[in-house]
Amino acid sequence: MRGFKSLFGIMCKSAPLLFLLVACYPNHKQSTFDPKGPVAQGQADLFYLIFWVATAVGIAVVGVMAYILVRYRKKEGDVDPPQIHGNTKIEVALTILPIILLAIVAVPTIKETFANANSPDPNSLTVEAIGHQWWWEFTYPNPDGSGDRIITANEMHIPSDTVVNLELRSQNVLHSFWIPKLAGKVDVVPNHNNKMWIKADMGSEGVYLGQCAEFCGVAHALMKFRVVVETPEEFNQWLIEEGTDGFNSVDPLATEGREIFEGLGQCYSCHTVKGLKKARGKKGPNLTHVASRSHIASAIMENNQENLRAWIKDPNEIKPGNIMSREGLIYTQDELALTDGQIAALVAYLQSLK
Amino acid sequence: MTLLALSGIARPVHPTGIWGWITTIDHKRIGVLYGVTAFLMFITGGIEALIIRIQLGGPESNIVSPEVYNQLFTMHATTMIFLGVMPMSAAFFNYLIPLQIGARDVAFPRLNAFSYWTFLSGAIVLKLSWFLGGAPNAGWFGYAPLTGSAYNPGHGVDFWIIGLQILGVASLAAAFNFLTTIINMRAPGMSLMRMPLFTWMTFVTNFLLIFAFPVITVALIELFMDRYFAMNFFVTSAGASPVLWQHLFWIFGHPEVYILILPAMGIVSEILPTFSKKPLFGYPFIVLSGVVIGFMGWMVWSHHMFTVGLGPVANSVFALTTMLIAVPTGVKIFNWLGTMWGGTLEFKTPMLFAVGFVFLFIIGGLSGVMHAIPASDAQQQDTYFIVAHIHYVLFGGAIVAIFGGIYYWFPKVTGKFLDEKIGKLNFWLMFIGMNITFFPMHFLGMDGMPRRVYTYDADMGWNLWNGVSTAGSLLLAFSFLIFIHNVVRSLRKGEVAGNDPWDARTLEWSISSPPPEYNFKEIPHVTGIDQFWIDKKENGKVVSENSVEVDEHSIHLPQPSYWPFICSMGLLIAGYGAVYISSTVGIIVTAAGFMVTMFAVYAWSFEPVNDPENSY
Repeated sequence: MRGFKSLFGIMCKSAPLLFLLVACYPNHKQSTFDPKGPVAQGQADLFYLIFWVATAVGIAVVGVMAYILVRYRKKEGDVDPPQIHGNTKIEVALTILPIILLAIVAVPTIKETFANANSPDPNSLTVEAIGHQWWWEFTYPNPDGSGDRIITANEMHIPSDTVVNLELRSQNVLHSFWIPKLAGKVDVVPNHNNKMWIKADMGSEGVYLGQCAEFCGVAHALMKFRVVVETPEEFNQWLIEEGTDGFNSVDPLATEGREIFEGLGQCYSCHTVKGLKKARGKKGPNLTHVASRSHIASAIMENNQENLRAWIKDPNEIKPGNIMSREGLIYTQDELALTDGQIAALVAYLQSLK
Repeated sequence: MTLLALSGIARPVHPTGIWGWITTIDHKRIGVLYGVTAFLMFITGGIEALIIRIQLGGPESNIVSPEVYNQLFTMHATTMIFLGVMPMSAAFFNYLIPLQIGARDVAFPRLNAFSYWTFLSGAIVLKLSWFLGGAPNAGWFGYAPLTGSAYNPGHGVDFWIIGLQILGVASLAAAFNFLTTIINMRAPGMSLMRMPLFTWMTFVTNFLLIFAFPVITVALIELFMDRYFAMNFFVTSAGASPVLWQHLFWIFGHPEVYILILPAMGIVSEILPTFSKKPLFGYPFIVLSGVVIGFMGWMVWSHHMFTVGLGPVANSVFALTTMLIAVPTGVKIFNWLGTMWGGTLEFKTPMLFAVGFVFLFIIGGLSGVMHAIPASDAQQQDTYFIVAHIHYVLFGGAIVAIFGGIYYWFPKVTGKFLDEKIGKLNFWLMFIGMNITFFPMHFLGMDGMPRRVYTYDADMGWNLWNGVSTAGSLLLAFSFLIFIHNVVRSLRKGEVAGNDPWDARTLEWSISSPPPEYNFKEIPHVTGIDQFWIDKKENGKVVSENSVEVDEHSIHLPQPSYWPFICSMGLLIAGYGAVYISSTVGIIVTAAGFMVTMFAVYAWSFEPVNDPENSY
């Protein structure tokens, strides 16, 4: 297998030589040719194996066909050829040959199928990934030992060199959880508690992109998420901070924003900010530490003042069909719409939630 | 009394013009109706595809809204499968089966007309959705619970359900008809193992149809019950499992793949021997592999569900069965090569399409094996890699073969050749356009681009190959314009083709082009595979059988009938009403439609047999 991989690597690097392989761009954000963990690696290795078997078979068969097309082209004066109806020996041989090839592929196939399914460490960190229309929620066990899980959205932090068990949940439609550089996808199916496991290699700290892969309605294309791989120490620190209450800013604009959040904006009915009395809503993303995330709106735009303002002003423009713009009273009832000043205050509040 | 009197009205006598077409029960005219309608539908599906490609031609484009985009990809797939490829195959079944087995018509000619008009009704219901509040938008696979009324309150999904149900009626009626025809109406001496390969593949395909369609029918009825009668088959909030839908859908859906490809394999198995001047190599192996594919097609459905979480045991089993089905497929390819080996190959347009088919199908088959492996598929499932694969087997496979078939049998149907020069241009544009459009999709899939996304960010690295693919799709569209031009031009001033323009092998080439209404003056007597070749080359029989002295008036054919058309129109009305079944008007329209259908069935049953005065 290692041989196949290095061969593939050479072909990839000498891409101009082989038109076929110009496509393996390991540096692209969602390339499957840049595995950063054992699950994606095993899947890629299997792909390399079958790719080369298939390519060899393809070249052989197409080569024979090309020979036939040239060699037996009708020439001037050709008469009808002998009417041969078949040859049982050749038939049997050509039936058995592919069976042997497939048997060779079948062994690692089954091995890897079981390896993907069974977590090597079921007692390691378990993260719950919940698919919503159209964003992702992640919950973690609380390091303080209470059953009170730590909830965040659209940015999943995981420690490197650690098996992470994922429990995939949906209360709405189907989704599929996919981080091309870490693991192939597993569907998120309502009423089925699917599991998968991932692990990021030591030294692979960084940000990886994930995307919903099962069609889930209007804004399916925009249902992305980010995976932040950190050292175990950084991760533990993050988890502790994530468990704290939302920051209570004394900045006057942010304070005004908080009042709108808990008052006429009615944000509280769908969003939670831990520490606020009213803000206990579960329908939308948990915003307790929203300012610490690099992106908003399920990882489709950077988290900055301008984007936050645009998002709150008209979320439907950015993510068509989203539930907030369909159901939020400030969007459905003209007389409740927020003024630009009120939106600016809300943005200031959200930006204070470090 | 009046009902009885009405039902006893005479059958139409020598109707002409549009009435001739509406009342026809001649399998050849019905075949032409199927072919023309399917081609028009194919064009609409192609336009849907072009809009998709233009939207994806560059990143973050806004040519269509996400709502419309989702409708487009749903309708593109539904159209191409149910209104394009399947009825195009049905056109070939209709036109060719009686000719290939030496019969004068199908077993149930009126039922045959009913199949066509019902197909048209289903197509109309499905396409009407575009003009009545929006097309279905949940994908051609209609995965629950996205199709449920909680997530999909509009009528698009209802048009999809009802349209597919009506199309199912059409397919089932046709399938029983062809099975009966092939079993009962073969000319004397034509044992099963002497049937032309296209007839054999039709035989297998129609078995698949009668077993596969009931499954989707049940699933669609359950979904309809969920949406209108508060049932909970797929309502997840009431505890239902959405995986049930997936199993039902793919138990239908995978045999459906073979329903699409087996007729194409049959067409290619006719073209290759003709232009190689050799019989099909390994006839029993090709027949058997077709039967095995038809049988094993039922054991692989869960490979569409490797990521659903069925567990490693189920995934391994389905991986093995899926790999195994590659074996009979390989057998076919080897035998096609064996057919050409040692022949004298003549590269007329149909042959180009047939060879192109074999090449493209090899690529599609090999990429198929790549996602027969669950772990490899985990990265490929629901990405553009799969889109590439299905277009290699369904476009490179089914469509390319069907166009080869059109070039091959056009002279038989019309008496005129399609132009060779334009035909070759048509082939090369289609072949090159197809590869430019679909090959880069392999790259996009492995580069992490999911399917069914209406847009993508500019920094994902997907711009180049999407742009190339879109350029290819324009070339592909152009190749179909060339085809239309060729058909129109050749119908007007095409070179006249004789009875047997290709020096072919099967019985349809022994009669005049176009064939007379009764097909064969004298029912042929069959002594081996490729009977016409045997007659020509070994028995020294004259190419034409027109010389046979038979009084045309002594040949009895069933007369045309109004009732199949009326029966189907009742289904159209009922189908339209059923979409709005929750309203009183909907119930009334549905009931009225069913009454029309029931009355037509009644009248059909009591229709007088041939009027001896006006016998055909």
